[in-house]
Amino acid sequence: MSETHAQTVSFVRDTMLPPTPPPMGERGAVKWMRENLFSTPLNVALTLLGLLSIYALISAALPWWLNSVWVAESLSECREIVAASAGEGATGACWAMIRERWHQFLFGFYPPAEWWRPILALGLLLAALAPVLFAGQKRNLTVVLGAVAIYLLVTLSLAATPGTAFGLAMVLILGMLGLAQVQPGKLLWFTVLYPALCFWLLWGGSIWSPIVAMAGFGVLYAVFRLASPFIGLAPAAGAGVVAAVLWWLYIDIPVVNALQIAMPFGLQSINSDQFGGFLLAIVIGVTGITFSLPIGILLALGRQSDMLIVKTLSVGFIEFVRGVPLITLLFTASLLLQYFLPPGTNFDIILRVIILVTFFAAAYLAEVIRGGLAALPRGQYEAADALGLDYWRAQRLIILPQALKVSIPAIVSTFIGLFKDTTLVAFVGLMDPLKGVTQIVRADIDWKGIYWEPYIFVGAIFFIICFGMSRYSMYLEQKLKTDHR
Amino acid sequence: MAMATDVPKDSFRLSMLIYDTRYRSYTIQIVVLVLFAMAVAWLLNNTAQNLAARGKEFDFTFLWQRAGYDIGQQLIPYTNDSNHFRALLVGLLNTLAVAFWGCIFATILGVTIGVLRLSRNWLIGRLMTVYVELFRNIPLLLWILLTYVILSETTPQPRDFRVTDEMAAAGEAPAASMMIFDTVAVTNRGTNIPAPLFERGLGTLDLGFMSLNLTFWAILAVVVGSIWANRRLLAAARAQQEATGDRPVTWWKSILILFAPVIVMLVAMGFHLEIPELRGFNFAGGILVAHSFTALTVALSLYTAAFIAEIVRAGILAISRGQSEAAFALGLRPNRTMNLIILPQALRVIIPPLISQYLNLTKNTSLGIAVSYLDLRGTLGGITLNQTGRELECMLLMMLIYLTISLIISAVMNMYNKSVQLKAR
Repeated sequence: MSETHAQTVSFVRDTMLPPTPPPMGERGAVKWMRENLFSTPLNVALTLLGLLSIYALISAALPWWLNSVWVAESLSECREIVAASAGEGATGACWAMIRERWHQFLFGFYPPAEWWRPILALGLLLAALAPVLFAGQKRNLTVVLGAVAIYLLVTLSLAATPGTAFGLAMVLILGMLGLAQVQPGKLLWFTVLYPALCFWLLWGGSIWSPIVAMAGFGVLYAVFRLASPFIGLAPAAGAGVVAAVLWWLYIDIPVVNALQIAMPFGLQSINSDQFGGFLLAIVIGVTGITFSLPIGILLALGRQSDMLIVKTLSVGFIEFVRGVPLITLLFTASLLLQYFLPPGTNFDIILRVIILVTFFAAAYLAEVIRGGLAALPRGQYEAADALGLDYWRAQRLIILPQALKVSIPAIVSTFIGLFKDTTLVAFVGLMDPLKGVTQIVRADIDWKGIYWEPYIFVGAIFFIICFGMSRYSMYLEQKLKTDHR
Repeated sequence: MAMATDVPKDSFRLSMLIYDTRYRSYTIQIVVLVLFAMAVAWLLNNTAQNLAARGKEFDFTFLWQRAGYDIGQQLIPYTNDSNHFRALLVGLLNTLAVAFWGCIFATILGVTIGVLRLSRNWLIGRLMTVYVELFRNIPLLLWILLTYVILSETTPQPRDFRVTDEMAAAGEAPAASMMIFDTVAVTNRGTNIPAPLFERGLGTLDLGFMSLNLTFWAILAVVVGSIWANRRLLAAARAQQEATGDRPVTWWKSILILFAPVIVMLVAMGFHLEIPELRGFNFAGGILVAHSFTALTVALSLYTAAFIAEIVRAGILAISRGQSEAAFALGLRPNRTMNLIILPQALRVIIPPLISQYLNLTKNTSLGIAVSYLDLRGTLGGITLNQTGRELECMLLMMLIYLTISLIISAVMNMYNKSVQLKAR
């Protein structure tokens, strides 16, 4: 009988053995390394190859990095300092170039006395984006707005901001911080007003031009509200648009001039050719991203439409824009628009480039969103029809929220592509951070022959922005995930 | 009593054009068409006025004028006496050359990285992730410029390769040496690679408007013929296998058919490599590959490879584990599982985005402007445009050519895509 054995048979153990630790090869770092690094001969070879390449990279780059020189007047002086401190033949990074020229990489030839304007515009950009990116999340909004407040406090005081502007900016950002605690939803109004504010901050001029231009939208809304009870919604919207266009074409400029004479107030105006560096890249990138999304959605819907003419035009536009390189479109902006517009018109090169970049990104976005639309099951469209929703309501409430959610990763990578493509504006004479500014720096007799440092500096900033965008898209994807897999 | 479905007749009102779904789509389309026609008319009218104001006409005869500029890299004969159309062709071929080599290198590199990123080796997986993130998040222009600058500013001058008598006597090595069995020399002026030469080539055939390099076309014909014969051989073997159950041994016949004719032909024509060597202050002989070409190809391959790696990884991950488990259950070995089960299915996911990457690469060759590479944009859209002042014609023609290339690539790849696509029954 088994239960009696313990008492009757002397060689049967009557207590449990204490558990022994697993053998050396089956635990801790050794096990992990055996499984993840040295599981098969091929893996051993690959690991060794990887270690070898890391070693090669570090042994080449580390001394260079450690011998960095931060204070010098020229590249040759840098090299002398490196040779003096680390011996002949040693290499060292010459970050002194960045120390001397960082402002060109960031602002181009923007006048130094006015640097506080792009700095403020960037801070307010983040503040304006926050309500969109973190809709209604009080905690995240507070964190972002608080960070913007600290950023503005530090950078604006460093940039010798005029007292009035400094005070107004602080009041504005603290007011937003307060509003975020009470009614975070209302912050979106700032986002709506931001484009006009940003335009005025960056280009300067009379404060009345953005205000009067924004008033055009007020005219649109007023006409729409007044006319809709009499002539119906669609004609009223059309009338509103016509009224707004008339406002911008004929009333805008005289009103601005009159107001400017009556109450002169403005900033020193800055020409577009003084823009450069990351200021230019961000202006083009953010404007392009903002406007390409709605246009892309419209094009995608047009391509999915049942109406033959609308569909043909959308397909033609999308395929044409996707079939040619961006550079040819940029050259169109700089060379051909003068042929296509009425004789004598000439408008800002940055604006022209933004328009073409926007169209380019919109065509790519349209294809991405079309993929999202195609991924929706047919039943969603039919259910929307069955509920009696009209086309736009069905799109707005049922179709687009799902289609856009599916295509978030692809949309964001299109945005990243657009932001990277802003560097191509160098070829139409604008001063982008990568080619334009770096060329200027490298053409300087003091810094001739420097190449790693400017490219690493510019590349690092691009990397941070683009990597941040792709991480945000992963966060958004997680947040909006509603399936229960 | 009228049925509910009866449509009230003779009560057409104008507002029904907007509010009745039966008519609304026509209204919208007509409005769109009219607006579009007006916009086109407005653009054409402006263009006509602008052209008239500048005293220009819209014609393409400038293409047959003398070009008068030199092109460094030319795949077909070209001198500065040739016309602009010839320059256009040279540029187009340069564009296609970069695109061709770029696509090949990017595919090889991208597939390798994509597969390695899935490897169970932790270190390699992380390294590949770093590569992909680094190349995807930094503009292509930076990679092109950096590669070019490194190639042209850090490589030795031709005279560094010289071995003087004193150095030979002292047993010193020169400051720089050639690579790959002393056949390739990278200098700050370009990369010197061996040139294929024929002692008894077939010469060229002059057709008046263009000349054909007969040697090249003859070799191409022989290669294509060998491949065709090999396919016939394999088809015959398969037919015999299906008829009798025994597959005849074909591997040595295949090798013979594929390689023997070409080798015989090369020997008959006296094929040999001309190795570049230092003469005076520069290398002579061989082919000088400009750094602009190398930098553009290398940077485009590295950049596009990061995107292809992600596509390949996503494609392999999209195949569920059950597929490989089922294959193992059937007793297939791992490499046959990959070849017969996983890859054919993964290819269906991989190919459509791969096509658009090839298209992107082809369009991105226009960034050659950053390193003064004379591709289509550099010749037609660059020097020709500036010399003749015909912006409108040059830009339109260039866009048309790029559009055609894009459409051809996507058509060819879509055909291939159809052939591997799931046949739904």
